[in-house]
Amino acid sequence: MNNPPTSIRASVFGLWARDFRVLRREWLPFFLRTVMNPLLTVFVFTYVLPRSGQHLPVAAGAMTFATVLLPGLVAVAMVFTGVSAVALPLSIELGATREIEDRVLAPVPLTTVPLAKVAFGAFQGMLAGAAVFPIVMLLPATEVHVRVASWPMLALMLALASWTAASLGLFLGTAVRPAQIGLMFALVLTPITFLGCVYYPWASLGAIPWLQYGVLANPLVYMSEGLRIALTPDVPHMVPIAAILMLAFLATLLTTLGVRGFIRRVVA
Amino acid sequence: MSVAVRLHNVHKTYPGTPSVVALDGISLEVPAGTIYGLLGPNGAGKTTSIGICTTRVRATSGTAEVAGLTLGRDDVDVRRRIGVAAQAITLDRACTVGENLYYHCRYFGANRADARERTEELLERFRIADRRDALPIQLSGGLAQRTQVARAMAHRPEILFLDEPTAGLDPQSRLALWDLVRGLRDDGITVVLTTHYMEEADRLCERVAIVDHGKILVEGTPESIKRDAGGASVVDVAFGGDASAAQAAVTAMPGVREVVPTAGGLRLVVDSEGSVVPSVVAALSGYQLTDLKVTEPSLETVFIRLTGRDIRE
Repeated sequence: MNNPPTSIRASVFGLWARDFRVLRREWLPFFLRTVMNPLLTVFVFTYVLPRSGQHLPVAAGAMTFATVLLPGLVAVAMVFTGVSAVALPLSIELGATREIEDRVLAPVPLTTVPLAKVAFGAFQGMLAGAAVFPIVMLLPATEVHVRVASWPMLALMLALASWTAASLGLFLGTAVRPAQIGLMFALVLTPITFLGCVYYPWASLGAIPWLQYGVLANPLVYMSEGLRIALTPDVPHMVPIAAILMLAFLATLLTTLGVRGFIRRVVA
Repeated sequence: MSVAVRLHNVHKTYPGTPSVVALDGISLEVPAGTIYGLLGPNGAGKTTSIGICTTRVRATSGTAEVAGLTLGRDDVDVRRRIGVAAQAITLDRACTVGENLYYHCRYFGANRADARERTEELLERFRIADRRDALPIQLSGGLAQRTQVARAMAHRPEILFLDEPTAGLDPQSRLALWDLVRGLRDDGITVVLTTHYMEEADRLCERVAIVDHGKILVEGTPESIKRDAGGASVVDVAFGGDASAAQAAVTAMPGVREVVPTAGGLRLVVDSEGSVVPSVVAALSGYQLTDLKVTEPSLETVFIRLTGRDIRE
């Protein structure tokens, strides 16, 4: 018999190979759903509005609105990928079709399948971020001030943000039934996007203290702020250690809840 | 002979309001290398029994062993030794038929070359090679079920669990699946299947456990079960006359073992030997007899005798 760690690794590569095959077949829809939101956001807010003379007031020290938007939109792309690449398929596979069953019956601990999903979802989140970056960097009519002060910081923030997004996807995928997907977009995704410090830095909420503290429950806040720290450090941002610790905490929490939810759904 | 599956006093209660007792003390042994059938109506506990053997349902109490390994403790190793084809089609809809087989091999640790080779082998053996690039939703029920069995066999398990493998299949596909199952048994695979088709249990299975309300009513070879039931036939009669008088008229007749009133008539359990049926017809001639149906000794009559119900009621 194979030695267990080796065989778990082989199974995990098998699970990823399957997800990668599906991703390759679906790359065009994946790309389109990833870039549509940032493309239109950037087009309207950093091209149409400035060109038509309607300048948005920008938070103090934030330079241009396009600079504020860049990390936020990369973070939003990651969250949407976590939902569309992890939560939606999982919700269906765990639902009526029970398609997940064959993977659950693989000779690995029950935690392996959801953890492999999160890892692959994080990889897809990185791809989504990479697809969005050139759009939010190059398309705006106004200047975008990107300055990577520390590459290790960027790598860390990307890893934490994509992990958080994928684990949110796992959690939602195990908690939401297919029939409630529409509701999930309305009640979860829309609020976390608009209240996720995507269109404004967290510091600028100082004017509305209840909101500034209220949004701290939103994982997207730390993703946006974390990427702001790494990509546009000249815009006001959270202290790095707070963003790092909160992302690590929320990703761990969501992964744990998601894995538990997964096991509850597959074992009676 | 070694034992492939052993259940000892297994109980399963699904929590909820109200909680549902699915298994109420099931004990059985499946000899290795046989085709074993769990026969019973829907809701009898067949799928739960299979779920426990295949690591997907946790028993509330009792012990379950598969291939000598204990469920709940050695689940990962159990999964390596078993193949499972569920009642519903659980094929991966995002992958083709060929990919379903290929990735299943990969999940079980095969490298790319081995997985490719095994996929080709299975596509040929299960006669689905011409549908390798089809998506599961494009398959007929019979082909989808055959693909599922192929996938369940892909990692060369010792024990194959089939949950209602022929439910909803046309007669031809059903016979084809029976041949397939016999072929696997001839290769030394133990096959445990559930069914609510009496005929399937009778003709395909070497041993059968009749299950109802989470309990095993009787267990053995189909022949021994029918023999022990004493060669009883079931006669259903419908008539327009006075039911209680008719019941009294037939109850004491020689060869009539049991009489139960049904909607519109009576159900009699009678000796299958001799000429009981003509005598029953004669005795009921004054009661406006309108219909009569004789069910020869079979697992079906055994089930009716044990439960007072048809299996599909």
